[in-house]
Amino acid sequence: MSRIDPGSLTIVAAARRLRSGDFTARELTEACLDRIDRDNPRLNAFITITAELARAQADKADRELKTGHDRGPLHGIPISIKDIIDIADFPTTAASRVRDGHVAMEDARLVLNLRHAGAVFVGKTNLHEFAMGTTNEDSAYGPARNPLDETRSPGGSSGGSAASVVAGMCLATVGTDTGGSIRIPSAACGLVGLKPAFGDLSVDGVVPLGTSLDCVGPLAKTVEDALLMYDAMAGRGQIARGDRVETPVAPRLAALRGYFVESLQQEVRAAFEAAIARLTPHASDGAIAPVEIAHARLSPSIYLPTVLAEGAEYHARTLEQMPDAYVTAVRLRFELGRYVLAEDYLRAHRGRATLRAEINAALTTHDALLLPTMPLVAPPLGATTVPMDNGREEPVRAAMLRLTQPFNLTGHPAITIPLPTAGLPVGLQIVARDTKTAAAIAGWCESHCR
Amino acid sequence: MTIDEWYAWAVANAERRGLPSLKPLLDGLRNATRELREADWNPDAARDDDRESH
Repeated sequence: MSRIDPGSLTIVAAARRLRSGDFTARELTEACLDRIDRDNPRLNAFITITAELARAQADKADRELKTGHDRGPLHGIPISIKDIIDIADFPTTAASRVRDGHVAMEDARLVLNLRHAGAVFVGKTNLHEFAMGTTNEDSAYGPARNPLDETRSPGGSSGGSAASVVAGMCLATVGTDTGGSIRIPSAACGLVGLKPAFGDLSVDGVVPLGTSLDCVGPLAKTVEDALLMYDAMAGRGQIARGDRVETPVAPRLAALRGYFVESLQQEVRAAFEAAIARLTPHASDGAIAPVEIAHARLSPSIYLPTVLAEGAEYHARTLEQMPDAYVTAVRLRFELGRYVLAEDYLRAHRGRATLRAEINAALTTHDALLLPTMPLVAPPLGATTVPMDNGREEPVRAAMLRLTQPFNLTGHPAITIPLPTAGLPVGLQIVARDTKTAAAIAGWCESHCR
Repeated sequence: MTIDEWYAWAVANAERRGLPSLKPLLDGLRNATRELREADWNPDAARDDDRESH
């Protein structure tokens, strides 16, 4: 058993200890691979384990550090990559038999940037097939499990990614987010998850789901780690101090009300309201204003035809050629997209512009908007509905997406941080005009919510 | 095409294609589409204030 506990290490702490000679990148990588060997058969977080690549990258990182070649904060840090993103010479399965036989010819742009930043790739993580779901249950490789309670979903679609970090199989990971697929598993597993503003990071080399919605981003243990990953993914390995956004001493904050808090599980409401109470004295004017977004409750009706039509467009050929290669529930969703009329897709497009204008208006007088990330805690595997505190049972998928999808529709950056709870994790979501501001205010919230 | 006409066509088409299990999903899409079509941002060609200049 290794003396290193990757589950308790942040990137920042590991980077410091690597440079102090406390351990080598190879030793840290072996500790992660040991965890994968031990726990992956139960958690099913990984589809492909890239142990030999990881060892070679770690050895190279150690050699470089010895000779004074320091690539920055991710140098020698073991991370995982969602298996919908290309790593050269490895399959990108997208958790689907449709992709059997695929081998990526080259790295996705973000993977290449991470490689240049010195990151060590320990493997490719499980997901909901083609990222078309929120629980990670519909994967051709079987469901991933939540390390905090193995009877529950880790969330999705980047569920294996979140599980891999929480279980100490790596220090951070990369996910994709079309309707919440970074933020949902982060909230379900107690991690920080950053969906950058749409278009901030290249999705070149990423299997698409909804091309007008898709984002890539990091899942990590702290906001600082997530920001280091984000910068490295963007190709900014060594950040000049001037690039950092200074956190306002007392940011102008709003709490989203109405649609966003009407139906929550009790533990989510308690954690969210406790966070608002804790942050309020430190916010501008000692207040967090309640704000409603007029058309927010139409978000699901805007999101559905958008993601369905875009998904169907990408999958039309394989739906015809190999329908049985899909997991049935995912195949049906893509088939459903073929029934969306062009005029309704365009109505949804107009709705997105309306929502975007309303969020932008709220952000003219506030630095950030706060809301729960998910209305529920990690649901039990197999659950189709979940009870909410208004006495209603809600379908799991709709409930999990409800508070994250609005910001895929509008393109705003959104980041989730874990809140203190006595039980399962609950996430606080922070939305801002630009990614660096969202992350800076998330860091401010993180420090005040501890 | 009205929502009801579209829905009837979609259900019949799905059944003809051997996908009867699409029906409950089409029910959900029908509800979303109805809400979308009733939204107040939709243009009305009969109203001057919706005209765009070209």
